[in-house]
Amino acid sequence: MGAASAKTMPYWARGLAPLLGALAVLAMLQWIFGPMHFFVYLSSLVGVNVILAVSLNVVNGMTGQFSIGHAGFMAVGAYLSGLFSLAVKELNIRGLPATLSDQLLLLAAIGVGGVAAAACGFLVGLPSLRLKGDYLAIVTLGFGEIIRVVVQNTETLGGALGLSGIPQRSSFYMVWLWVFVTVLVARRIAGSSHGRSLWAIREDEVAAEAMGVDTTGYKVRSFVVSSFFAGVAGALFAHFVPIINPGSFTFVKSMEVVVMVVAGGLGSTTGAIVAAVCLTLLPEGMRSLFLRLGGEDASLAQKVDQIRMPIYGLLLVLLMLVRPQGLFGTREAWDVLPKWLSRRGPALKGPVA
Amino acid sequence: MTEGATQVLGERRPREPLLEVKELRVSYGAIKALHGITLSVGKGEVVALIGSNGAGKTSTLRAVSGMVKPAGGRITLAGADVTGLKPNLLVPRGMAHAPEGRGIFLNLSVLENLELGAYLRRDRAEVTKDAEYCFSLFPVLAERRKQQAATLSGGEQQMLAISRALMSRPTLLLLDEPSLGLAPQVVQTIFRILREVNGRGVSILLVEQNAHLALALADYGYVLETGELAMAGPGQELLASPEVRRAYLGE
Repeated sequence: MGAASAKTMPYWARGLAPLLGALAVLAMLQWIFGPMHFFVYLSSLVGVNVILAVSLNVVNGMTGQFSIGHAGFMAVGAYLSGLFSLAVKELNIRGLPATLSDQLLLLAAIGVGGVAAAACGFLVGLPSLRLKGDYLAIVTLGFGEIIRVVVQNTETLGGALGLSGIPQRSSFYMVWLWVFVTVLVARRIAGSSHGRSLWAIREDEVAAEAMGVDTTGYKVRSFVVSSFFAGVAGALFAHFVPIINPGSFTFVKSMEVVVMVVAGGLGSTTGAIVAAVCLTLLPEGMRSLFLRLGGEDASLAQKVDQIRMPIYGLLLVLLMLVRPQGLFGTREAWDVLPKWLSRRGPALKGPVA
Repeated sequence: MTEGATQVLGERRPREPLLEVKELRVSYGAIKALHGITLSVGKGEVVALIGSNGAGKTSTLRAVSGMVKPAGGRITLAGADVTGLKPNLLVPRGMAHAPEGRGIFLNLSVLENLELGAYLRRDRAEVTKDAEYCFSLFPVLAERRKQQAATLSGGEQQMLAISRALMSRPTLLLLDEPSLGLAPQVVQTIFRILREVNGRGVSILLVEQNAHLALALADYGYVLETGELAMAGPGQELLASPEVRRAYLGE
């Protein structure tokens, strides 16, 4: 998606061309990796977290508002799409082969999850985003907890036991297609006049308002977009894990996403991607490391999920001391990396620097 | 001659009205900041609003520019009722507000600040021209166009704030304390430029603590006291009046 080639294309094709390219590449990767079940599972997990981090970055990074309830929107997407898929489990779209019909129904389920989450985002965002400051953090925190408690006590959603039997229709292909769409949308927002307004709001809300930016409108819009993709992430998640329960959508999950965004650099989409990939793979790496260290005794490896939060906390403290702006700051990898590389020594000074 | 409780001095040169504020009231919760003030700005006029801390100067400006919703009263801009409109609708109508404390985007460059000032405009070529105009007004900004705004001095930041407000091509420029915390010489420069901007047909509503400078520049002035207009009159006559001299000029 080079800047030079994008300029020669007609406007409508600019979004379509990279999408078609991605579809082809993903089809190939699906063909290679499809049979590797653990790889597909792990990469789906990574993909979901990338979607969450990139979408939260639209609000927390680009707009400078602080939302800490992303898991709540993810839960809305997961549960509603799960219910939808359970309802249409036996259904087959007439005249289509079973796999294609399944995938279309999955897409519909993802749509349901995303739209429901976006609607929640609108309802939560409209009152709280009219105010300035920390109100959004408090309201989103409350929203996330309300969703979790409601789910826990609703029989039709499986209560604390969770919802099981959702058809496992997600695939490597579907997850990474949505990752691609999320990143594309985030980048398009950043580069548009919409992105400029968000930029102004992040830098100085009063000044942005004085210049004629409809601050509330833009904040709500970016919040709705962000919630939509959180719902999509939840929907995808619900279709590759065997069971979804309220434990997957706690405050800890929200914080995990916030840590990813902060670590990657508030406002940096590529930073959010790198941080999401690393922080998802870290516990898995720890698991295999502990298994090797512990030999027969696997108790340490089983505790990874509890151990990782203090480690995240430590990482965050270290990061704030060493690099408070996060990995890439507000910039993107391609702004920062050439400089880093050229600083490593003259040997690496390529045409980029 | 008096108008309500307001003491009115001298004669105002008649002009076509641009901004008219009638019985404007502003409250923050239970606290009433403005108790119904009436003022106007003519086309091409510089009007100063002076008063001590907490008199309601900033509140007046914020209500006029739509940053706070008035509790009552009427605001008309070029004949159209704009009461309660938000800034995103007022800026395209030709109103620009350089808020108190400058409020420039510290992490962005000088040029980016100016570009964001032209945020609602779609005419790229003209925007570039206007940025060059701002640079000609304040040559020191031209030298620093790629520099991060946080590295500018206080005076340069104020120049940037005024320039950014000009980037929306306003017919009415609202300025909140442009002299705040600046060295006298810098203030002189800024006021000289304001005169020049006004010469190009931009009307200015100026809020100031520095009564002397503001009234010297202004065609007309209003004195605000605890949410009410105490005096009104041509700048020179207010400057000469014993009340103003005693209260605001320390004589």
